[in-house]
Amino acid sequence: MTRPVISAGFIPLVDAAPLIVAHEMGFTEEEGIRLALEPSPSWSTLRDKLTLGQIEAAHMLSPVPVAMALGLGGIGDRIDALSVLSVNGNVFGVTEALADAMIATGFTPDFATPEAVGDALAASGLDLRIGVPFPFSMHTELLHRWLGTGPNAAQLTVHTVPPPLMAEAIKKGEINAFCVGEPWGSTIVDAGLGALLLPGRAIWAFAPEKVLAARHDWVEAQPDLTGRLMRAVWKAGRWLGDTDKLGPAADILARPEYLGLPSGLIERSLTGRMVIAPDGPARRVENMITFFDGAATFPWKSQAAWIGRQLAARYGLNPHEAASKAADVFRSDLYRLHLGPAGADMPGASEKLEGALSVETPVASESGTLILGPDQFFDGQIFDPSLGK
Amino acid sequence: MPDRLTIILVEEDTARADAIRASLTDSGQHDVHVLTGESGLARSIAELNPDVVLVDLANPSRDVLEELTLASGPLDRPVAMFVDKSDDRLMRAAIEAGVSAYVVDGLRPDRVKPVLDAAIARFHVFQRMRSELETTRRALEERKIIDRAKGILMRARGIGEDEAYALLRKAAMDQGKKLADVAQALVTASELLS
Repeated sequence: MTRPVISAGFIPLVDAAPLIVAHEMGFTEEEGIRLALEPSPSWSTLRDKLTLGQIEAAHMLSPVPVAMALGLGGIGDRIDALSVLSVNGNVFGVTEALADAMIATGFTPDFATPEAVGDALAASGLDLRIGVPFPFSMHTELLHRWLGTGPNAAQLTVHTVPPPLMAEAIKKGEINAFCVGEPWGSTIVDAGLGALLLPGRAIWAFAPEKVLAARHDWVEAQPDLTGRLMRAVWKAGRWLGDTDKLGPAADILARPEYLGLPSGLIERSLTGRMVIAPDGPARRVENMITFFDGAATFPWKSQAAWIGRQLAARYGLNPHEAASKAADVFRSDLYRLHLGPAGADMPGASEKLEGALSVETPVASESGTLILGPDQFFDGQIFDPSLGK
Repeated sequence: MPDRLTIILVEEDTARADAIRASLTDSGQHDVHVLTGESGLARSIAELNPDVVLVDLANPSRDVLEELTLASGPLDRPVAMFVDKSDDRLMRAAIEAGVSAYVVDGLRPDRVKPVLDAAIARFHVFQRMRSELETTRRALEERKIIDRAKGILMRARGIGEDEAYALLRKAAMDQGKKLADVAQALVTASELLS
C-alpha cells in the first residue's frame, strides 16, 4: 500500500532535526505516511509556500505563526503551531573588533552572563548593528527583551541578514554583531570572523525556537494526517532526546540534501560543546538546544502569549488582544488529542508562568512524572499570561 | 511622469537580469534598476525608493525585503507584498513561477498587473530551464552510478557489461525499484564491504 505523502519544507539548520529524523529513522513509516522534505532558501519563501498550499507542513520560527495571526508580514492567512520542534539553540556573537573593544573595558567572556555582556557592549561606546535571520524570529525577540530597554537601547539596531550572507555582512562592516541559529554561529567562529558571547538560553532559559507549522484549513480538513504527522515528529524528538543518538543525528544532518556541512560542526550545538572563539577551547553549555526533555515539544499557550505581547509592544497593537490571538495558534488542544494516546506525558495546564522556574521542577501531569526544566529570564522577571485578561 | 514606474529587480545573474529587464520595459516605460542579491540591499532599495521590487523566490535575500514590508522598515512608503492581498490568483501564479513582488501600497492594481504578468512569464521560462538543467544533471549522475554498479558486478561475477546491465535491470524490475536506486544500493553495499 502506498503511504500518503505530506510535503514539508525546512531551512537547513540544526533544529530542522526532528523533521529530518522523522523521515530518516522510520518514524513516518510507523505512522503510515511519507514525508517529502524540501529545503527552502528563505523564511519568507517557506512561509508563503505553506500559506499558498505548495507544501503542507513546515519547520518554522515560532514567532511567524503569531505574527501572521496579528496581521504582521506576508499574507494574512492562519498558520497553526502544532508542536514545538526545538527549545533554545541560538547564539549571540560579535566581530573580533567589537570583542576586543569589550575586553578592553575589563570584560571577561564567560558565555553565560547577559548583564555582563550588555554592560560591556555599553561600555565599548560603539553602535550595535546586529544581524538576525528574520524580522519575526526568537532571535529578534530575545535581543529586544535583553537589550531593548536599559543602557543598550540607544545603541541597538537590528537588521535582517540571511545566515548564509552573515559572514559577508560582517566583512563589509554592515553589522558588528549577530544572533543566529546553529550551525551558523559556529561557521562564523571557524571563519575567524567573530566570537560567540552568549547562548540564546542565557537570555530566556526555555525559549520555544522552532515549531511544526501547518495551514489551519489543512489541519481542520485532515485530522488523521495531522495526527500522524505530529506523532512521527514527536517520536523523532524523543529519539533526539537520547544523548546517544546525537552523533548519528549529526551524521544524518550533515548529508548534502540536508545541511551539507561537516558533522563535527553540527555536533557542537547538539552536544552543547561550543567553540566560542577562533582556536578557542570548547565550552560546555547545558541545554544548548533541547528537543524533548521538560515537555519541550508542548506548545504552551503562555509561550505564544509572550511572543504576542512582545510583538504588540513593538508594533503598537493592543497587548491583550495580541496575546489572546497568539495563544489561539499554539494548538495545545491538538497536542493533547493526538499525542496523549501516543504516550506523551501531558502537563495539567496549557499555560504557565513563563520565567518562574530556576531549577528542574516536578509538575502536575497525567502520569505524575513530568519534570519541567529551568525557564527563567536573565533578569528574573516573570511573565504571567493571565495578567490583564 | 505618472505612468513611469520605478522597478527594482534583485538578481545576481546578469544574463537573467537583462532578459527580465527587457520583458519589463516591453510592458511599459519603466525605470528598471538591477541590484545583486548581496548584503546592503535594504539600504540600496531605500535610496532608490521604488514602486515595485521583484525578487527570485530562490534568493535568500528575500528575507531582507521582509523588513521593508514592516512599518518600522527603512522605506519611506509602506510596502506590501502585492498590490491587493485579495488577488490570490495573481499571487499564486507569481509564487508558482518563482517570483515574489513587493509593491508600494496604494499603487493602482491596473498599473502593476502588466509588470507582474511580464515578470511571471519571464520567470516561468527560467524555472523551466532550471528544472531541465536539474533533470540533465540527475540523469548524468544516475548514469555514473549505474556504470559503477555494472563494474562491480562484472568484477565480482566475471561477466560482460551487457549481462551486468541485464542483471541490474531484472533486480530493479523484480523489486519494483528504479534502476538507479538498485545501482546505488549495490555501490553503497560494496563500499561497506571493501
